[in-house]
Amino acid sequence: MKDNDKTNDIITDATSGDYKYGFVSDIDTDIIPVGLNEDVIRLISAKKHEPQWLLDFRLEAYRYWLTLEMPHWAHLDIPDIDYQAISYYAAPRKKEGPKSIDEVDPELIDTFNRLGIPLEEQKQLSGMAVDAVMDSSSVKTTHREKLASLGIIFCSFSEAVKDYPDLVRKYLGSVVSYRDNFFAALNSAVFSDGSFVYIPKGVRCPMELSTYFRINASGTGQFERTLIVADDDAYVSYLEGCTAPQRDENQLHAAIVEIIVEERAEVKYSTVQNWYAGDKDGRGGIYNFVTKRGLCRGDFSKLSWTQVETGSAITWKYPSCILKGDNSVGEFYSVAVTRNRQQADTGTKMIHIGRNSRSTIVSKGISAGESQNSYRGLVKVVPAADGCRNYTQCDSLLLSSRCGAHTFPYIDVKNPTAVVEHEATTSKISEEQLFYCNQRGIPSEEAVGLIVNGYAKEVMNKLPMEFAVEAQKLLQITLEGSVG
Amino acid sequence: MSAQQPEILLDVKDLHASIGDKEILKGINLTIRRGEVHAIMGPNGSGKSTFSSVLAGNPAFTVTQGSATLHGIDLLALSPEDRAHEGIFLSFQYPVEIPGVSMVNFMRAAVNAKRKYFNLPPMSATDFLKLMRQKRAVVELDNKLASRSVNEGFSGGEKKRNEIFQMAVLEPQLSILDETDSGLDIDALRIVSQGVNTLKTADNATIVITHYQRLLDYIKPDFVHVLYKGRIVMTGGPELALQLEERGYDWIKEENKD
Amino acid sequence: MKTSIDQYIDLYRDNRDAIDAGSAPVINALRPSALDALKGRRLPVKGDEGYEISSIDDILAPDYGLNIARLNIPVDVAESFRCDVPNMSSLMGVVANDKFVATKSLLRNIPDGVTVMSLAEAASRFPDNVAKIYGKIAPLDNPMVALNSLLLQDGVYIHVDKGVHLDQPLQIVNIFQSEVPLLAMRRIVVDVDDDADLRLLLCDHSHNADINYLGLQIVEARLGKGARLDIYDIEESTPATHRISLAFVHQTDNSAFLGNTTTLLNGFSRNNYTVDIVGEHCSTGLYGMAIGSRNQHIDNSTVINHRAGRSSSNQLFRYVLDDEARGAFEGLIEVFPNAKFTEAFQTNNNILASQSALMHTKPQLIINNDDVKCSHGATTGQLNNEALFYMQTRGIPRDMARTMLMQAFMVDVIDTVALEAVRDRLRHLVEKRFDGTLCACESCRKLL
Repeated sequence: MKDNDKTNDIITDATSGDYKYGFVSDIDTDIIPVGLNEDVIRLISAKKHEPQWLLDFRLEAYRYWLTLEMPHWAHLDIPDIDYQAISYYAAPRKKEGPKSIDEVDPELIDTFNRLGIPLEEQKQLSGMAVDAVMDSSSVKTTHREKLASLGIIFCSFSEAVKDYPDLVRKYLGSVVSYRDNFFAALNSAVFSDGSFVYIPKGVRCPMELSTYFRINASGTGQFERTLIVADDDAYVSYLEGCTAPQRDENQLHAAIVEIIVEERAEVKYSTVQNWYAGDKDGRGGIYNFVTKRGLCRGDFSKLSWTQVETGSAITWKYPSCILKGDNSVGEFYSVAVTRNRQQADTGTKMIHIGRNSRSTIVSKGISAGESQNSYRGLVKVVPAADGCRNYTQCDSLLLSSRCGAHTFPYIDVKNPTAVVEHEATTSKISEEQLFYCNQRGIPSEEAVGLIVNGYAKEVMNKLPMEFAVEAQKLLQITLEGSVG
Repeated sequence: MSAQQPEILLDVKDLHASIGDKEILKGINLTIRRGEVHAIMGPNGSGKSTFSSVLAGNPAFTVTQGSATLHGIDLLALSPEDRAHEGIFLSFQYPVEIPGVSMVNFMRAAVNAKRKYFNLPPMSATDFLKLMRQKRAVVELDNKLASRSVNEGFSGGEKKRNEIFQMAVLEPQLSILDETDSGLDIDALRIVSQGVNTLKTADNATIVITHYQRLLDYIKPDFVHVLYKGRIVMTGGPELALQLEERGYDWIKEENKD
Repeated sequence: MKTSIDQYIDLYRDNRDAIDAGSAPVINALRPSALDALKGRRLPVKGDEGYEISSIDDILAPDYGLNIARLNIPVDVAESFRCDVPNMSSLMGVVANDKFVATKSLLRNIPDGVTVMSLAEAASRFPDNVAKIYGKIAPLDNPMVALNSLLLQDGVYIHVDKGVHLDQPLQIVNIFQSEVPLLAMRRIVVDVDDDADLRLLLCDHSHNADINYLGLQIVEARLGKGARLDIYDIEESTPATHRISLAFVHQTDNSAFLGNTTTLLNGFSRNNYTVDIVGEHCSTGLYGMAIGSRNQHIDNSTVINHRAGRSSSNQLFRYVLDDEARGAFEGLIEVFPNAKFTEAFQTNNNILASQSALMHTKPQLIINNDDVKCSHGATTGQLNNEALFYMQTRGIPRDMARTMLMQAFMVDVIDTVALEAVRDRLRHLVEKRFDGTLCACESCRKLL
């Protein structure tokens, strides 16, 4: 019953199918001229007062990037991107590191309030600490003192470079090398800010840690970097949300997320991605080219990715788990919604290296309009990985006759004791289901919402409570007007 | 005591067995003579199915202590197939479906493997088909079932009848019926029990593992044992089963608190 | 940098006249376009999309001999030779290396309305009929098709007239026999006219177990309206025999195609099936089984293009891999925007029986229409331990139980075969294969 009430509330709340977060904030922004060369990289590094080793890291990555070509293997139609037409650094101008909320530009506070992310700690949902990132830099990280008392580090990436250089240096690029792919190299060269999390041995983080990413400035890209380290027996649940203004131009978001999970530690990483998706004719929108990967290094470690992808003009993203520790566990739960002319090519990689490592993949694609929605995933079991298990289920729901739903699983098994199962189905909402709902007095659009919510429930249930409600609303809004 | 007791068929002494790190059987002692029917009862999770699995040689369980002999032979030293040849038959609680393997091929392989073990030539096709036909009658098993894959798509009752059919063909010395009554309606229960009773002789013996007294109305036990927490905690005659039916297992649990 | 294509281009340039002289104008006419299509191209290498474990470039890199001068390499085809399919009075033709030889019984028994002859001969006698299919179904932008078209001299041409039902299966036996390594360009052109019906059995064998052979075979098949074609392909060669086979099938309204491929013994095999369903109410079945041990390499790739609606396709591929064997299955179902009411299903199940065997699976769906029922499933694992134990408790020794379960695993694939004699034969071969008693080309043994 309770679920039903919640769903009804969501439908009542969902008043318009338009993008709610498309506004632009008038904020004094420090933005560097467009273009990319070594001087630009030196400029970014200098603006952030970075040590020499980090500048060297950026330059090395940049030089490597120059040798690469943009990848074209995905089932995506990506227009040519002029990398010299993007500004690689834009940050709200601020006084030296705001220590209290009074020092944060009121317009910024207002922006995040409108996004539903109050920066004043007393207004926040209890049990959630937020790092708010606008364009290239972190605006405010809340609840830091409370976390610090447990030894937990939660701060912007720039601060981490200053305050914990050894930790950053130890882990940066250890899971996603700048040589990994085209966008990883680009990010490593120009990344601006992001979040850094360190959970010390034996500590269970008492609140959800959350980073909220906002692109505001025009003509820029966002290249943030997130690094999460969970030491032995630690636990953390981390949430990521993203929005951007409504513009006719395409903006590039090329982030890297690296996660290290040590013995018996557990990390839950949840994303609700709602970058501006472009208009119904496919004008504008964010190109979301993201590399996310976690290393389950310790025995019995566990990493769980949950994502609800509703935004972006083009999404290219495969949050992955390297299951190196024995008995380690990797999970990937995804709902990807595309409509209008959106394109998504998303999935995961589960690399089984440790013995008895287990992974579960549940992917739910929902395609509407003229969109293209692909699942692409790799399950790999190396020869020495005895006793591994994988179960993959990917379902596609088609809501129009002009959209596409595709499945590209790659399964590589080199160990005879592995059990790997993959199932995929493609379907549309059945006439019988709709008629049944109609007969009970539920209008078609609402019925579709109900059915879609039911379809996505298995994934939605994996999200932390506060996020789940938000994500369900989002799903509802996103699909409005998509039926038929 | 009469001087002339029948020969001991199964002799289990202080048998301990575990799965992984978990010890399930904690010292079972049981002696069964030819011609006897023993019922083993007990609450869920007491180790009844484990005991039958261990006797049949399921590799999922490890025997950590104790012994078990079948007509004097060390049972624990044998592979599951050799235990079958020596006369153990386990009627599974959940018979396994084996798609693609026809009942006929399956039974022919079983019959001929046993003959080979005893240095006999394989059975001729005619004799084998005659044997199948004859034994099917014991449990009124439909010919159609015999031509299907092993247990595939069989109903619960058909699976259990198929188990007793196999028992009839293989003519074991010790039959272990693991919860054979579960999932059976009253007609199937009657047919299965009749089959078991028909196959009973003075030379073989039967262990009936069951939760309820119901089956014991059809298959009369000589002895009833109560298994609890991996040990036989009580042994009696058929009246013990009736007592359990009436009073449940709580009083046993009460008497055997840690 | 020279790729392995270059040596073939050079070979063609140096021997253009001899190659043309050994063939027919219809076949020669395609060579210039094939040459153009190859320029600047390379063959797939391991790691290319769809070639995750197989390098075609490596397979074609060695300098095999190609019988350009049409020397008569003696192939010992006993008249009584029949691919050991009991209870089947077959019409049989032989492709000796790369040359079609009709047996006397074929010539004697061939029914009215059915043409089975050398492709070169058919191209001379009925150029229009051959040109209607040859090079029209297999696309030259596939470099392997282009390479075959560049150097091809002979093959098999099969035509079944409108409404003719061939009661007996037609059997084509590909035989390699040579004292030196040999590359054979093979082409089978099949034209099944409206409402006609043909069962084609293809068997691959090799003599001289130590000689390296490579067959590059292209099958082009057209199914007229309401036509039916079954192709059963059984490979039972030697570890030194490599095979690249690409079948292209064109299906029009109400036609039914069934492809069933069995790999029992081989060296390296890459089998492609590309089925274009351009008509409505078609049915397509692609089935395969692969049994690999030692260094066998078995790679099956399927593409089913549902270009028109109201058709159905079904696929089932099963592999058992032991020792160092490598297997791959890439399967793609593509439903085009107008193909409403398509039903397409695909299943791939694999058993790895050893620590060093490996399996790569890539079942793919590209769906561009919402009124469809599509699914795919893939599993890689091992034999069911519960079933093994159950069988042991009935007295069946573990090794025998394993063999029985592996055979049982293949039953669903064998059951797709419509001809009872072929089904029985496959059951027998699979049983022997798992017993380890199928160690040489069974049916050819008497010739050795």
